Amino acid sequence: MDQGIRIDNVGMTYSGLSGQVEALRAVSLAITPGEFICLVGPSGCGKTTLLNIIAGFLTPTCGAVEVNGRRVQGPGPDRGVVFQQYAVFPWLTVRENVAFGLTLGANRLPRAEADAIVDHFIQLVGLGDFEHAYPKELSGGMKQRVAIARSYAVNPAVLLMDEPFGALDAQTRQFMQESLLQILEQERKTVVFVTHGVEEATYLASRVVVMAARPGRIREIIPVEIPYPRLAEIKTTPEFVRIRARIDSVVREEFRKQRDRG
Amino acid sequence: MANASHRAPAASLLYRRQRRRERWEKTGYFMASFGMLLVIWETSRALGIINPLLFPSVGAVLESCVAQLRDGSLQTHMYASFMRVLVSFTIGIVLAVVCGFLIGWFRVVRMLLDPVINFFRSLPPIALIPLMIIFFGIGETSKIVVLSYAAFFPALVVIYQALVSLEPIYIRAGKALGASNLEIFRRIILPQLVPHIITACRVSLGVCWATLVAAELIAAQRGIGAMMVEAQNFFQMPPLVLGILLIGAISLVMDAIVRLIERRATAWQEKMP
Repeated sequence: MDQGIRIDNVGMTYSGLSGQVEALRAVSLAITPGEFICLVGPSGCGKTTLLNIIAGFLTPTCGAVEVNGRRVQGPGPDRGVVFQQYAVFPWLTVRENVAFGLTLGANRLPRAEADAIVDHFIQLVGLGDFEHAYPKELSGGMKQRVAIARSYAVNPAVLLMDEPFGALDAQTRQFMQESLLQILEQERKTVVFVTHGVEEATYLASRVVVMAARPGRIREIIPVEIPYPRLAEIKTTPEFVRIRARIDSVVREEFRKQRDRG
Repeated sequence: MANASHRAPAASLLYRRQRRRERWEKTGYFMASFGMLLVIWETSRALGIINPLLFPSVGAVLESCVAQLRDGSLQTHMYASFMRVLVSFTIGIVLAVVCGFLIGWFRVVRMLLDPVINFFRSLPPIALIPLMIIFFGIGETSKIVVLSYAAFFPALVVIYQALVSLEPIYIRAGKALGASNLEIFRRIILPQLVPHIITACRVSLGVCWATLVAAELIAAQRGIGAMMVEAQNFFQMPPLVLGILLIGAISLVMDAIVRLIERRATAWQEKMP
């Protein structure tokens, strides 16, 4: 049985030129399987640091993270990561990119089975016509869909997304948000999603975690009690507007505090 | 692009036609450029700008080329030069790839060797020839050592610089998919280095060839450089000029071959238009 993610009293301190920087202090959060968590907050609040700790790219200076009951000790295929800079391998075609994880020793499958999975996810993200194209021929949105399909192919329990749509134009971003929710309707995952956009967070998340800076910590957790599937039209409903305004006011306040101090 | 199935056929046809036109245009200019050189050559002889006794006509150089091809001496010289470059270039590149990885990978090795590498890199290979002749005599060994040295340093620098400037994000992406260290190396680091290794080959081949001619001018019985020294000793101008032309032509051909390989191996890279 999937046990989700447990973040237990995580702290992170970097030593830099200007002395010690406390990027995270005493962050605790329990995420149940299938939840969609958005981390928002002013820059420097440690949201990307927290994501990198869950991914296993960083080791926290104190506390621990457990994913599905196992303590995180490094990156692994149980946690898919989608980066803002896409990180799609440019020397491989779309198909080879999506298949990459399945050709590794850690998750190797019989050829026919792997082929079927790759086909399935290429179709799911709508890149059937582009499977033999190289990434340089794709738009930003398409590259990010390759990255999502590549993560999905190894069937992780958790999807970690670091401002995945941050580099896209407004129209494409909107479309990618809808696509992501559709994909999740078909293949449920636990998602932790870092973003700057309050509207994006409200639209996607089941709970929005607003963080504060210096030191980075959880300021407030705001549930978004709007049932899935969510169509784009819900963004104009009074309920959506109310929740978004509430998150916005907390984020603004944190932003102001940080500006006044810095 | 080999795989253009997702492109509209009309657009791809237009694209191909345009590419073909560009290729023809390039070939035309290439011929015109060398044609110009020949015209200048002949007219300046005819007008007496250069002494016809000191500089042979195009016809005389061609004649010398044909005569030397007939008696097989040109082939012998070219073969000798080619083999020297081929053997030394291979030794130099293989060593450069291996050492490049060690230096790029281990910080201690890099910090320790970087100053020495820069010293040797700025030392022209020709400067080693007298020492090598004392060490190994005037036979093939001294030439192979100097030429391998010439091929080694430029390639080494290109490869380890490429290795330290690799994007860490692809390694992270690989690790998040479950790749082991060996898989990261073989399937993520190596493919990114291929274009740089080819660049290294290009640079090394150029340096190697230039050094070869210098080495043969100093001490060799066979090879294009030796052919030129012999011509100089007997005041035979046509073979001397033929040697110069051959050296230039061969390095152009070698560079074109490496560029062709480069285009094939790096089709995935984004290129400046």
